[in-house]
Amino acid sequence: MRLSAPRPQVIAREGQVVEAIDTQSPLDIRGLSVTYGEKPVVFSVDFTVPAGGMVAIVGPNGAGKSSLLKAALGIVPRLSGEITVFGRPIETARGRIAYVPQRSSVDWDFPARVLDVVMMGLYRQLGLWSLAKGEHRSRALAAIERVGLAGFEERQIGQLSGGQQQRVFLARALAQGADLYVLDEPFAGVDAATERAIVSVLQSLVAEGRTVLAVHHDLATVPAYFDHVLLINVRRIAAGRIAEVFNAENLQATYGGRLSLQQLPELDRNRS
Amino acid sequence: MSWDVLFAALTLTAGYNAAVVAVGAALLGASAAGIGTFVLLRKRALVSDAVSHATLPGIGLAFIVMTAFGGDGRSLAGLMAGAAVTAALGLLAVDAITRRSRLSEDAAIGAVLSVFFGAGIVLLTIIQTMSAGRQAGLSSFLLGSTAGMLFSEAVLITVASAAGVVALYALRRPMILVGFDPSYAAAAGYNVRRIDLAMLLLALVITVIGLKVVGLVLIVALMIIPPVAARFWTDRADRMVLIAAGLGALAGFVGTAVSASAHQLPTGPVVVVTAFVLFCLSLLAAPQRGLLASTLRFRAFEARVHERQGLLAIARGEAVYDRFTLAVLRRRGLVRPDGVPTLIGRGAAAAALRDEARWEAYRRLEPGSPLLGRYDGLTPIETILAADQIAELDRRLALRVAAP
Amino acid sequence: MSAEFVQLSLVPLLVGILAAVTCAIPGNFLILRRQALLGDAISHVVLPGIVVAFLVTGQVTTWAMLIGATVAAVTAVLLIEAVRRLGRVDSGAAMGVVFTTMFAAGVIILEQSSARSVHLDVEHALYGNLESLVWLAADGLHAFADPAALADLPPALPRLLAVLAVVVAFHVIFWRALVVATFDEGFARMVGVPVRATSAALIVLVAVAAVAAFEAVGAIIVLAIFICPPAAARLMTDDLKRQVAWSVLFAMLASVIGFFLAAEGPAIFGSENAVSAAGMIATVSGLILGAAVLFGPRRQRAGTPSGV
Repeated sequence: MRLSAPRPQVIAREGQVVEAIDTQSPLDIRGLSVTYGEKPVVFSVDFTVPAGGMVAIVGPNGAGKSSLLKAALGIVPRLSGEITVFGRPIETARGRIAYVPQRSSVDWDFPARVLDVVMMGLYRQLGLWSLAKGEHRSRALAAIERVGLAGFEERQIGQLSGGQQQRVFLARALAQGADLYVLDEPFAGVDAATERAIVSVLQSLVAEGRTVLAVHHDLATVPAYFDHVLLINVRRIAAGRIAEVFNAENLQATYGGRLSLQQLPELDRNRS
Repeated sequence: MSWDVLFAALTLTAGYNAAVVAVGAALLGASAAGIGTFVLLRKRALVSDAVSHATLPGIGLAFIVMTAFGGDGRSLAGLMAGAAVTAALGLLAVDAITRRSRLSEDAAIGAVLSVFFGAGIVLLTIIQTMSAGRQAGLSSFLLGSTAGMLFSEAVLITVASAAGVVALYALRRPMILVGFDPSYAAAAGYNVRRIDLAMLLLALVITVIGLKVVGLVLIVALMIIPPVAARFWTDRADRMVLIAAGLGALAGFVGTAVSASAHQLPTGPVVVVTAFVLFCLSLLAAPQRGLLASTLRFRAFEARVHERQGLLAIARGEAVYDRFTLAVLRRRGLVRPDGVPTLIGRGAAAAALRDEARWEAYRRLEPGSPLLGRYDGLTPIETILAADQIAELDRRLALRVAAP
Repeated sequence: MSAEFVQLSLVPLLVGILAAVTCAIPGNFLILRRQALLGDAISHVVLPGIVVAFLVTGQVTTWAMLIGATVAAVTAVLLIEAVRRLGRVDSGAAMGVVFTTMFAAGVIILEQSSARSVHLDVEHALYGNLESLVWLAADGLHAFADPAALADLPPALPRLLAVLAVVVAFHVIFWRALVVATFDEGFARMVGVPVRATSAALIVLVAVAAVAAFEAVGAIIVLAIFICPPAAARLMTDDLKRQVAWSVLFAMLASVIGFFLAAEGPAIFGSENAVSAAGMIATVSGLILGAAVLFGPRRQRAGTPSGV
């Protein structure tokens, strides 16, 4: 079901007016439902990702966060829903999205080096047959350096630590040069240094005017890293700016009362 | 194919020998399907394929050894023993390859299956040159053959299959528990690894028993097809085993009868096709999980989801563009052919919106309530909560609307 | 090279080598995609494919066999997916239901119909008939330049040459798509890799290779040459291109050594007759794999680095 065309979003940051790269939402989800058999994991979710935002998707485990992403991107089938990317149907606009899947979705024993994996991000430019030229290699190397893995190009991916693997995935996405970055639990199981490095890269992307959407597992760091949030537990519980929406009441509604707010003292101040 | 022979075989009137063969085949089918159910639940179905193909070199070696010692190379018991030895080696090889190298289990299974089979074929051709004519019986172990089966062999198979059924019965509790929920079983103190091993060994033994009747290439089918067919009738592990065993017995019995009446056909393929027929019948006709039933159910579910989403859109004053949603709403008389909601439709939409709002209010009022787990977007809250609870929710909703 | 060798041994030897290499190359991807057992399934359903093609066309021509095998493979894959979804079982079980039944049906049709001929025979369907590929019209290597002699050349040889060319071409052309889709399917879909087409093409290719090798080694042993050389190669290196090269080398080794052991081995023991070449090739390929599992430089799983 479609509403009228999504409203344009312009983000003002620290007194400076930055125009969004595109006047339309990077990702607009309408009526998305996903089921496994007859069990709904996502039901009738509407969500508009604000351009230039750093958006977290948050919710209990098994609550459909990953399924929401994958179904929106068309990686798993959806029962219903319409997805538009920068105003166009997603099937025609995938090139503007860079997807960073969960680390566990891949067999890291695969015979490939870091550089090989990052070069996969250039598939759209290279296509099926054309040979990779020096410029492609440089782009990949630049992405590798940007995530702090300079010097690791020739390393077998199986020999990397969890944090390094995550950075490789991010580098692959950077090599694509997309406008919307969609990440599935980018900080799960990584060391503190990697987490800082990834956050820094993501924030620099947003500073360039791009948009970041990430399934995030750690509530404590949501306000620090993100400026918008989507709270989901099968249904959309709440969505919007962190300051307005990320409060105790919404979190309790999302997590079914299983949440201990002592871990999040700053939220008590937001209690409505 | 001779119908008279078939009828006689099916009614156990074709002679004592044939009757024993038939009963043996039924028991074999039951035990193979029974152990196969557990193997299926543990998702190791094709490991049995490697095990069965690994019997071939053992058959050849046993023949050579027995002949070398002056005995009858074709003694079924001896051949079975040899088969069991190399089958066990094959099982160990699969495990060793998976544990000691970066190869995954499917590669290990495929490698063991084909290499052991190849080695077995080499041995068969050696035997062929060794004693031309004498080995004529051995290649029947590939696809199975009940024609010309000795009475002693039939008895051996029947008794051994019966023993297999007994062993299945004895081990059913731990195997059901491990098959259904291994982590619970481990927590309850069961040694999952040992039970898995016992399960695979029992499968190995039953494979060896079935070599003469169904053949090593296809015995795995008796361990897979009836259990998968049983799945359409039930989700409970204990019932699944029983139904699978029944289907396996039927396949064995009817299959050998048909094969007896058609001289050219090796027994194995006929039994397998029989099992597949039973599988198809189960797939189509089983209530609840059969194809027909579950397709209808899913379509109904899909329609309900779209109907709900459509009603919510109407209630919010949004236009509905999705064609399938419109079709569903039209079918139920909730919108007119031109897409405008009917009176009934508006009422239903308002009710849906109210239901959503009540669920939302309940979620905020009692976030820890286990009843929230019943929310699936379709279940009306009136079926979950009592009237006074709903009245309370309505009161709060009215307050919220009234508040500035 | 003696005339006798060219007449009796050269063609089987070449066919064995070509079959092994043709199957080993796509086998690399079967293993990486954890679809080794799909190779098992496809090899089995090649039999009913060929049998039905024979019934329909009345002859055992190359095209009939290729089309029959491809149709059978595609049918099998679709049925496997259907069984997996409807029965809610794992893919191994679904494969077990479908390929055993199709194979059984193939055997029954073969036995019942007049498909029995010198070309189609159940036992050779199980382990091939490499030794029968004699080239009696040849009396030396120069026969390859003699059109009259070439007319008598067993068709399996040119058939395999053609299929090998197709296999190599496919892998060269679709290399990037294969690698990206195999490594990370979800990501591949997002960047526009034709994932489904690549999977389908690989399956068809496996079916084509299997049917080309079928005559040489039969339905079950062909799995050995799909899996063992690439599996051994996987344990030798971390570089995919080198892995493919190793797999080709191992395939050639297995077929040459296997063939000669089968032909000459019994003579060592004082026997005049040969043993199954196909079986010996499978056995040798298994021994190579065994050696790789025990001693291969890259045999360990990631996470146990063998150095820095």
